[in-house]
Amino acid sequence: MADFFHMGGYAIYVWSSYGLALLILVGLLAASLGTLRRKERMLRSLEQTLPRRRRAVAGDGEGKP
Amino acid sequence: MMTRKKRRLYMLLLALAGLGTATALTLTAFEENVAFFFSPSDLVTKPPGDKRVRVGGLVEGGSVVKVDDGVSTRFTITDTAHSVTITTDRPLPDLFREGQGVLVEGRLGADGVFVASEVLAKHDEKYMPKEVADALKASGQFKPELPGKPVYEAGK
Amino acid sequence: MHRFANPARFLRLAALVLPWVSVLSALLFAAGLYLALFVSPEDYQQGDTVRIMYIHVPAAWMAMFAYSSMAVAAACALVWRHPLAEVYSKAAAPLGAGFTLLCLVTGSLWGEPMWGTWWVWDARLTSVLILFFLYLGYMALVDAFDDPQRGHRAGSILLLVGAINVPIIKFSVDWWNTLHQPASVLRMDGPSIHGDMLWPLLILALAFKTYFAATVILRMRAELAERKIQTLRLTQAGGV
Repeated sequence: MADFFHMGGYAIYVWSSYGLALLILVGLLAASLGTLRRKERMLRSLEQTLPRRRRAVAGDGEGKP
Repeated sequence: MMTRKKRRLYMLLLALAGLGTATALTLTAFEENVAFFFSPSDLVTKPPGDKRVRVGGLVEGGSVVKVDDGVSTRFTITDTAHSVTITTDRPLPDLFREGQGVLVEGRLGADGVFVASEVLAKHDEKYMPKEVADALKASGQFKPELPGKPVYEAGK
Repeated sequence: MHRFANPARFLRLAALVLPWVSVLSALLFAAGLYLALFVSPEDYQQGDTVRIMYIHVPAAWMAMFAYSSMAVAAACALVWRHPLAEVYSKAAAPLGAGFTLLCLVTGSLWGEPMWGTWWVWDARLTSVLILFFLYLGYMALVDAFDDPQRGHRAGSILLLVGAINVPIIKFSVDWWNTLHQPASVLRMDGPSIHGDMLWPLLILALAFKTYFAATVILRMRAELAERKIQTLRLTQAGGV
């Protein structure tokens, strides 16, 4: 097991690489999920404040003004 | 009559073709500058004089000697057509060994010995376990890759 | 061309695909990391540092793939005004930048012990650094205009101009003398990597690709929600 962590003397290089990969991939995923949650919450609260008639026109899913 | 979409498409393709040609021409014109290193043959075809250059080749088998001062190393690199003797007082990278591709940076002395202030190892594109490499070596099928090609063609 | 253009249809399709790619990605990462760290042998020359390859190479492939797909999307946006194309490019850009950064840093961490240097200005390393700046430039440009449409137009043009860098990255190691070695997998005479090392590499490459697919879907959904929010705000401001 110690051999495994030692990586033939290159531990610092190998484990830094895998650590950075974890950091970047998890970081980007968490940031993306966070933004999505926030936007969807905002969209729901906006839709509730708008009358139904308007919502049918604006929220047609085209996303264009 | 061309539709607007078609016109936009043709304009885009034309612009990309123009850009591609311009880039290709520029890169070809500056080929010497884009090349990261020269080969030992280039030192013969076009001597660099006092200029700092990088040269890449294979470390010749049996050529590596520790110099008496205890710091310096002397070895020969080759591109099979020409060889050049290198001396350096810099530490050598882990991959440095005989038959391995290396790059050296420094100046070619008047005595024909290249004084390197930096030695980098260049590995080739082959990856394999040790046993496989040993088997290939035993059967004589193991050929090291030359690290690069001459930048200047002889006689040019 | 416009069959998948409708955002509502895209959202339905995305909802269908997302759970599958997510699970697949997790499985591929588990299998790939196990093979890369525990099963695959040391390299005869590079010892254990060869394990950096299993991160470095998939990151490099994804950096190039993300950019190429964004450039194609940019062409679709400029020529056919495809409504989802710009949404895709904007969503993919930070992911592509992340992969490029990962590729550059792991390359450095591999270069120092093996080559004897963290960095050199050879054609391959330099062109990948330019790719990183192209990602950053695109992200800055898209947000630099008050009118989002103009920002996207400018961003698309930058993506297409920068696309010339992709073949330069790929072939730099064949065209010029570089410190970086030539391609080991995508080469004319077949891979020059032993099978025991090739499998973890390919599996992790697929893991990266499915990760990208899942994350880009999340980001596109967020961007579409954002656009709806803008529309609703405009209607609201216009009064009832």
